[in-house]
Amino acid sequence: MNIIISNASGEPIYLQIVTQLRSAILNGTLSPGQGLPSIRQLAKDLQISVITTKRAYEELEKEGLVDSVIGKGSFVSGASSAQIREQRIRLMEEKMREIVKEAKGLDMGLDQLLSRFGQLYSDEGSEWL
Amino acid sequence: MNQDENVIELDGLSKSYSRFKLEPITMSIKQGYITGLVGPNGAGKSTLIKLLLGMAVPDRGEVRIFGRRMPEREQEIKERIGYVSDESHYYEHLSIGAMKNVLAPFYSCWDEQQYRQLLDRFELHPKARIRSLSKGMKMKLSLVFALSHHADLLIMDEPTAGLDPVFRRELLDMLADFIQEDTRSIVFSTHVTTDLDRIADYIAFVDKGRLVFCDSKEEIFERYALIKADRSLLDRDTRGTLIGIRETSVGFEGLSANREEAERLFGGFARIEIPTLEDIMFYTAKGRSGARV
Repeated sequence: MNIIISNASGEPIYLQIVTQLRSAILNGTLSPGQGLPSIRQLAKDLQISVITTKRAYEELEKEGLVDSVIGKGSFVSGASSAQIREQRIRLMEEKMREIVKEAKGLDMGLDQLLSRFGQLYSDEGSEWL
Repeated sequence: MNQDENVIELDGLSKSYSRFKLEPITMSIKQGYITGLVGPNGAGKSTLIKLLLGMAVPDRGEVRIFGRRMPEREQEIKERIGYVSDESHYYEHLSIGAMKNVLAPFYSCWDEQQYRQLLDRFELHPKARIRSLSKGMKMKLSLVFALSHHADLLIMDEPTAGLDPVFRRELLDMLADFIQEDTRSIVFSTHVTTDLDRIADYIAFVDKGRLVFCDSKEEIFERYALIKADRSLLDRDTRGTLIGIRETSVGFEGLSANREEAERLFGGFARIEIPTLEDIMFYTAKGRSGARV
């Protein structure tokens, strides 16, 4: 399992960790129950701050991908990939609901919103896993 | 883990010298993390560290370390502190080994084996006279002594001064090793905001004797914004929102401490970037006035 941090990309470092660990978990590189490096060890290995790695792990816990046990460390959660996918879709729906609210506030019709989404969807290409 | 425990608490700490004044500072430093004390030369970083360690007496205010008051509990506090400084405070005419014999009895947890290992690792010879050491080697020696008595708190004044890039990287690794135990903490001051602040969790920024902020690095980078745009966007109102501005014939660069406001005012017309700590330090110190280059 590799994590590669880029200082040049504008993406916050904790998000880079989240994205890379998430795809490793979803594509099976990391299997359920497998131990992850401790927050402090990962900070040392990547030469970044403890708070940054902590934030990344907390984010993954929220998504249900990682379980942390006090005194034992962090593990890939036992949830099946179907459960994880469902969880992520729920999170996505929350964000969509916010967008719908915003669109209504701007008096934007569904057609307009969808066409904007269509544009963004094709722009994003393969970047999103 | 004691998540919200403070290793150091300062309460209204102030000190006046004839030419320099440290304004009352109230802040706390979290246990288990690395805090970087940054600011330009002469901002008050070393004064603050000296006050912390009882090497200078504050005019007003209080220092608590490990929850105990200075200077009443000084001895017990200092046993648990490793202090590293860019100024050599050792007897120059002694050898490293003789200096060790002077220092070791002050610490009940002195670890002779650890001391020898560190000397080896840093390629320092116990017979070498302190006088004959280069600046970088003296810094390493200071680090050896600081790490040889199982300190819980490492306080370092400009630790990277005089160190080459290779050893600086090595130092980062050693600090990360030290902090693997979440009961330990590190405070260091620096005016070079590159490699060391990468691993810092919290940044305390001091400028002209004042504490500008002491926050987690994440919060700082979310709050501040660096704006780059055409000078025509600068009028009295927009100028007022910027902490510091650098204007040239081809545009301006300015620092805002309120990203949302900056996005509202300049969004769409400017590049809005995440500043580096150096940007924040530079524009805060320089300010709005006389910033034309």
